[in-house]
Amino acid sequence: MQAAMMMNRSKMLCRVWLCGAATWLVTAAPASAFLAYVSNEKSNTVSVIDTDSWTVTATIKVGQRPRGIELTRDGKSVLVAVGDDDTIQIIDVASQKVVDSLPSGPDPELFTQDAAGKILYVANENDNTVTVIDLEKRVRIGDVQVGVEPEGMAISPDGKILINTSETTNMAHFIDTATREIVANVLVDARPRFAEFKRDGSELWVSSEIGGTVSVIDPAKRVVTDKIEFNIPGLRREAIQPVGIGMTRDAKTAFIALGPANRIAIVDAATHKVIKYLLVGQRVWHMAFTPDEKYLLVTNGVSNDVSVIDVAAQKVIKTIQVGELPWGVAMARP
Amino acid sequence: MIRWLIGAISLCAVTSSALAAEPLMISIGYLGQAGIKATLSLVELPSENDGIAGARLAIEDNNTTGRFLKQQFGLEEVRVKGGDDVAGAARNLAGRNTFIIADLPPDALLQAADAVRDRGGILFNVGAADDRLREADCRANVIHIAPTRSMLADALAQYLVWKQWKRWLLVVGSHDDDRLEADAYRRAAARFGAKIVQERVFEDTGGARRTDSGVTLIQRQIPVFTQQAPAYDVMIAADESEVFASYLPYRTWDPRPVAGSAGLVPTSWHAAQDQWGAVQIQNRFTKLNARRMTARDMQAWLATRMIGEAASRTNSGDGKAILAFLKSPDFSIAGFKGQRLTIRDWNLQLRQPILLVDGRMVVSVSPQDGFLHQVSELDTLGIDRPESKCRLQ
Repeated sequence: MQAAMMMNRSKMLCRVWLCGAATWLVTAAPASAFLAYVSNEKSNTVSVIDTDSWTVTATIKVGQRPRGIELTRDGKSVLVAVGDDDTIQIIDVASQKVVDSLPSGPDPELFTQDAAGKILYVANENDNTVTVIDLEKRVRIGDVQVGVEPEGMAISPDGKILINTSETTNMAHFIDTATREIVANVLVDARPRFAEFKRDGSELWVSSEIGGTVSVIDPAKRVVTDKIEFNIPGLRREAIQPVGIGMTRDAKTAFIALGPANRIAIVDAATHKVIKYLLVGQRVWHMAFTPDEKYLLVTNGVSNDVSVIDVAAQKVIKTIQVGELPWGVAMARP
Repeated sequence: MIRWLIGAISLCAVTSSALAAEPLMISIGYLGQAGIKATLSLVELPSENDGIAGARLAIEDNNTTGRFLKQQFGLEEVRVKGGDDVAGAARNLAGRNTFIIADLPPDALLQAADAVRDRGGILFNVGAADDRLREADCRANVIHIAPTRSMLADALAQYLVWKQWKRWLLVVGSHDDDRLEADAYRRAAARFGAKIVQERVFEDTGGARRTDSGVTLIQRQIPVFTQQAPAYDVMIAADESEVFASYLPYRTWDPRPVAGSAGLVPTSWHAAQDQWGAVQIQNRFTKLNARRMTARDMQAWLATRMIGEAASRTNSGDGKAILAFLKSPDFSIAGFKGQRLTIRDWNLQLRQPILLVDGRMVVSVSPQDGFLHQVSELDTLGIDRPESKCRLQ
């Protein structure tokens, strides 16, 4: 394992050198490389990072204030919410260009897809609704009234329950995907921003940016069963603002972005104990794993870069400059 | 009031047919003054609904949350004129509302607080910046949302010191409130290492704030008033009474920036604030009220949201339970200022970052980096626990 990792690293270094020497070689990157799409909130662009060379290989112009970003299930498109244009744009992965947009409702920020990739659920911060969109027909097919300032979105692994968090109401709303009715509301700490299920559906994690905690919710009983708190010596409590959450497929390890604390907390997902804090860039927002889960990329909003974390070694190995105020990140196969 | 009651009753009817339990009614009073305070700048003239417009938005927000918790919030507005019986008005209002949002001058606020204390009434001060209300005259049933003069002055001082603009020329108006503001700037200068090189008093000789040939006269007066000053970096104006400060920028004898009551102004909120999700509340506010959101609107929004937040956390509308929660370490509120807002338990003042605005943009937000504190950096703004004269009772 260790040897394999070292091999990888030397290969990586080699490629960085090659990039400097002749950039066209990047286009001939092997199939093992992935592409990370990073939304830059202020630049109105999406930076594309090659995870083999760890360089920005393309910068795509998008609409105003791009934030939430995800790959479609078929891997052909990247969806990016451009809040100030009140729409979600579709980037074609093959041509790396914006090809269409979706009727998302006002000020979309985060969204999630159903397992089949047919339906998109969008949080619209400005009118307290979750908009339901048919991805194939690209039309709006419904709305769900939720709390004030809907933000975080997640879908249960069995596809039956959609979670939406509302930032001023401070709740995780459980929405039945069949009836599109709210079936339960769970109070969490102030300004819940992000929701993530364990792959086996046994736990739902919700980060509270202002509350400074991550609530662990039992999705069956729909109650908060545990709260993860973060104590970083020398750092005032107000600076610890959990936002993005990433969990490994085996549900053993979770990574939590702590915003202006400039750190990623690594948490034992079984015991809910913090194992380690990794120093990254300023105001860390969101994250995405490479599909092989070897690396985790996190966006640093204020320092305008992306940190690369070696998941097994639990170390930051690289920092990549992107556009201004990077926010979201999605991973695609080239 | 009647309209609100009908609205509430019809809503009760709708929800009770759908749900088994009736929603819990939580009613909030708003006790303000009649009339509008004059300002030098026409664009800063407050609307008639300044303050309560923020409370109305928070009632909507609370009711959106309340739908899921079977809680319903209502708002009843009462305005008093100078010379009216404030205590009587407060008692009357408290008969129907445990919580009263008060936008009153300091003495009227104390009369109202003392009048409703026996019946468990709780006031939220959204209008008065007087430090004495949090110090010698503090009350156990008054929560202060408005920042104090000392918090505002400290916020500005930290920025000016960070800028290395440490030599201040202090110009003070001739009214009591102006003198209190000047006291706050003197204290801030001493705390953060600035030096007041000279003080001048701008006498209010009366006269209209709006005239047809005003600019010509002011352009002659202000350079003369500000000439022959010792070397200074920034002119600080203490003019709460709106007599002269807005005339200073661009008219001073020496080319120096102005701060305080004009120029770079410390405030709890501004319509230009767009960081930390603030665009959402700015949009919601404008949609509801067809104008932009002021500091007083934000203070009333926060007061109303704090009641809503406490009601949802305690699952109760009871005054004692809500006050206990607000005072407890579990309480915090999100106020679109980049961090949690909490309450100073020794005098019930809301801790908050202060915006420094130039009228069009947010220039900076204090506390500034590097001003450290053992409990909360927000406590570098205003009178801190060890200095406090407040004994809550």
